[in-house]
Amino acid sequence: MEDMLFYDRMQFAFTITFHYLFPQLTMGLSLMIVYFKWRFLRTKIDKYNDAAKFWMKIFALNFAMGVVTGIPMEFQFGTNWAKFSELTGGIIGQTLAMEGMFSFFLESSFLGLFLFGEKLMGQKLHFLTGFLVFLGSWASGYLIIATHSWMQYPVGYEILENGKFVLNNFGALFSNPWLMPAFLHNQMGSVITSSFVVASIGAFYLLNNKHSESGKLFVKTGVIFGLISSTLVAFPTGDWAAKNVAKHQPVTFAAMEGIFETEDGGAEIILIGQPDVDNKKLDNKIAVPNVLSFLTYQRWDAQIKGLNEFDESVYPTNISGLYYSYHIMVGLGTIFIGLLLIAGIQLYRKKLFTTKWVLWALMFMLPFPYIANTAGWYTAELGRQPWLVYNLLRTADGISPTVSSGNTLFTLLGFIGLYALLGLLFIMLAVKIVHKGPETSKHI
Amino acid sequence: MELYWYIILMTMLTIYVILDGYDFGAGIIHLFFAKTEKDKKAITNAIGPFWDANEVWLIAVGGVLFFAFPTLYASSFSGFYLPLMMILWLLIFRAIGLELRGQIKNRMWEAIWDKAFGIASLLLALFFGIALGNIVRGVNLGMVTDGVPAHEPHYFFLPLWNSSFSPHSEHLGVIDWFTLMLGLVGVVSLAIHGANWIIFKTNSDLNPKLKKVIFNLNFVLLALVLTSLLTWHIIDPNPFRNFLEHPWLIVFPMITFTGLLGLFKVRSFNKDGLGFLFSTLFLLGGLASTVVSIFPKVLPSTNKVNPSLTVYNVAAHEYGLSVGVYWFVIAAVLVGIYMFVQYRVFRGKLDDVGYGEH
Repeated sequence: MEDMLFYDRMQFAFTITFHYLFPQLTMGLSLMIVYFKWRFLRTKIDKYNDAAKFWMKIFALNFAMGVVTGIPMEFQFGTNWAKFSELTGGIIGQTLAMEGMFSFFLESSFLGLFLFGEKLMGQKLHFLTGFLVFLGSWASGYLIIATHSWMQYPVGYEILENGKFVLNNFGALFSNPWLMPAFLHNQMGSVITSSFVVASIGAFYLLNNKHSESGKLFVKTGVIFGLISSTLVAFPTGDWAAKNVAKHQPVTFAAMEGIFETEDGGAEIILIGQPDVDNKKLDNKIAVPNVLSFLTYQRWDAQIKGLNEFDESVYPTNISGLYYSYHIMVGLGTIFIGLLLIAGIQLYRKKLFTTKWVLWALMFMLPFPYIANTAGWYTAELGRQPWLVYNLLRTADGISPTVSSGNTLFTLLGFIGLYALLGLLFIMLAVKIVHKGPETSKHI
Repeated sequence: MELYWYIILMTMLTIYVILDGYDFGAGIIHLFFAKTEKDKKAITNAIGPFWDANEVWLIAVGGVLFFAFPTLYASSFSGFYLPLMMILWLLIFRAIGLELRGQIKNRMWEAIWDKAFGIASLLLALFFGIALGNIVRGVNLGMVTDGVPAHEPHYFFLPLWNSSFSPHSEHLGVIDWFTLMLGLVGVVSLAIHGANWIIFKTNSDLNPKLKKVIFNLNFVLLALVLTSLLTWHIIDPNPFRNFLEHPWLIVFPMITFTGLLGLFKVRSFNKDGLGFLFSTLFLLGGLASTVVSIFPKVLPSTNKVNPSLTVYNVAAHEYGLSVGVYWFVIAAVLVGIYMFVQYRVFRGKLDDVGYGEH
């Protein structure tokens, strides 16, 4: 039984972590491609359309990876989490079925037209198909996070005698106070990823003296989108999401912030330190007094409950993992804002394209937004453990009763092998596209 | 309410089989009959703009199953764990075969992805046929041994096969001679369906040959269908009860045979879409007849301890099902519009659509 739970969790964690590397770029990049197309429609300057065309190639490859790794996610609710599906399907099935019906059909129908139909349809319709693909991908994010929000903060339900969760208020799924902050926070995270990807490839071209015109446009656009999104991801959306955790999941809040003991007179914010869960303390701590209280409640002396206030049976399963995920996300987010501010100032002073060290930094930033987004999701998911439905259904009670751990390990190994292949192919082909570079239209 | 959702679900499933069926079929034809680069191009062009959206129907079917019949979703997805995972892996291989082939101009690269696409298509057709066989045959619900259930009455787990390959043993496998036979029906009927689609959507040099292939395969299909009908009573002693009670239901088997027999005339059709129409009729009638014959069961029990899963004991609660109708109707209208746009833009022959060229 322990083994079954462990492998079921590993398989879900592995497949969702790998999967979400792709949609985060899909959602952010579709917005930026729509922006390039829109600029082209307004200005008729070819470089914008060239940029759109170049990024569509990366987008198509990335989208395909997102689709093929996404189908196993929907299947796994039933295959590995059958009991959870049986008990809550009447509720989370709503939002998941809506995702299929409203967003996947929209995306897939117009993606083909967007990728192959530019000549066939003309520029305005082409822009429209791009916009619809963008809309579909964001709708998908919205409905997934509606599902996620219900698991974090269940609303609009009642529980029958046989343990089944039954929906009694459809509207509540969408007015869930957890939903909007989480959705906007997540979407800004995905725009950060696409901003850094675009800026990073641009910086690569500039530093190599190749495709310099495109390089400048990519760096400029990436920095501007990045500056806006990395600000919004922290404030107000991140702040808002964290306050939700403090209010509705105080034990999770204490664990992710690393607060072992309640402190009178206000809680400090921990910047660095390694949790020692057994001895309930934090080693090598660097902290700023009272800031956490202020950020959470706007009062310097507000009390924040430490882990000591809660029973161990409701502790998050992996306190250290939760603490690190959260601190990696916040730490990287702070670095993003810092770097992008410098880049933004240099851009304003028209010196960005010659400030080599900033270009180098932008180029090497490429993997970090992926890490930050992943760490953010780990914070949300580890923060909810040991629950599938917060405070109502334990993770251990949600697994498929008849699927043995040996079978799950078999498929987990299969997924690891298959996804390693997919990852290699993606990198290989993406490098090929980047290496070839954007094609520039001839001016007539 | 359950019944409405069941009809919706089965309609969606049928649409999925008809649409993605021609993709699988095209893959099978690609594997065995496409020799030149031109033939291959014609085949991938014929399905290129559609296959991705067609596959979304599978996800949508899964979603609606999850939401409207959560118990059936939980029971069958965990019970058919291994074949479903293999279907997932095959879908992944098939998709990347199609998407990645054109990314690099190199014979070896193209050959690898051609085979990935073709073999995955063939195995998927086989697996979906086997899946249908499993649903008709039923499973050991509750995993009963000597009258003692090992699990809750709606859970089970099937290995891929057992040593006897018999649909009668107490501990069944996914693959036995009966389900394998339906698997072959799946392969042959979808190969015919795919060939018809290629004829319909291209002017390929392959088309005259494909008509012969369809004609010959149709004999195999007829033989398989007749054999499975003759052996059907072995797994279900009274397979015609619903048809005897409600004689109008006979329309579904009639549709099936119209499609099947019509296809023998394939060589003399003067309109390219006619063949596709008949293979569509065959699939539609065949699926509907099968579903009707076991109704109201959705997954029969093979033991005497636990009852079969039926439309009425696996559904979600009333309120959720009612409220779902509102968004579903809106979504269905939108999907209809998307499909109209898609098939309108890519109407006619698609030899020059340039799919996969980046």
